[in-house]
Amino acid sequence: MIYRRFFGFPTVRAKNPFEELDRLRRHLDRWYDNVGTPAQRLHAGVFPLINITEDKDSYYVSAELPGVKSDDLDIQATAANLAISGERKIAAEAEGARYHRREREAGKFSRLVELPDEIDPDKVEAKLQNGILTVIVSKAEIAKPRQIAISS
Amino acid sequence: MADEQSKDIKVREKQEVTGPAEQTTPGLVFTPAVDIFETEKEITLLADMPGVKADDLNIDLRENILTLTGDVAPSEETNAEPLLVEYEYGRYYRQFTLSQVIDQDRIDAQLNEGVLRLTLPKVEKAAPRKIAVATG
Repeated sequence: MIYRRFFGFPTVRAKNPFEELDRLRRHLDRWYDNVGTPAQRLHAGVFPLINITEDKDSYYVSAELPGVKSDDLDIQATAANLAISGERKIAAEAEGARYHRREREAGKFSRLVELPDEIDPDKVEAKLQNGILTVIVSKAEIAKPRQIAISS
Repeated sequence: MADEQSKDIKVREKQEVTGPAEQTTPGLVFTPAVDIFETEKEITLLADMPGVKADDLNIDLRENILTLTGDVAPSEETNAEPLLVEYEYGRYYRQFTLSQVIDQDRIDAQLNEGVLRLTLPKVEKAAPRKIAVATG
């Protein structure tokens, strides 16, 4: 949609049919470079968007889920995967309500996150605070870094 | 409605503010997604502001301009190394012009699970009164 608005179809026919395509590609490349932060350019395209951080012992997976109740969330962990699914419900408002804006979306979601190392599915904690879900996943003992003593 | 509820949510990136308001604090600023609807008595605004605590939320109604500002505290695990960053933190900012006169004393704001619900009651219009003319 936005492409068409930015780069309307050419009215003058180019001599070389590929010239026009090249020009379009250059435009798009530039557009991709300029639009959005690095994070926005690289994501899996599955709701919810997540951030993963790690420290020595655990992974921290966080997602923004405003308005989702903990009862409507389902989190499952296996040896290397974390599945986050649920439903976001938006209650129907009183009859006769006339909308000026309707940007918030309701619906189901389901996402599978593969963690880089083995995890301990028994030690997974999840909390939902102010609409942000944080899942703390303990790394499996075998995946934790170990200090190696050097014998002299 | 049931059909609508069961559909899957599509990914929507957070929209960065590109407004005229200049920022004096560093950091990103995002536009929260909102629902606004109005009934005969009031205007209700729902805004998604995940990560904003009630203390960090600022609602300002001056003249006809309603301004929402929400600050998001950075995450607690500061020692943790980022592996994947799909969304970013930042403040929320959005401004609306209201065409109705609002009863400022009865404004109600609630923040639950990262969703702000703001109720703006309209000022009741003066009921038309018939004035009897006394003759005498």
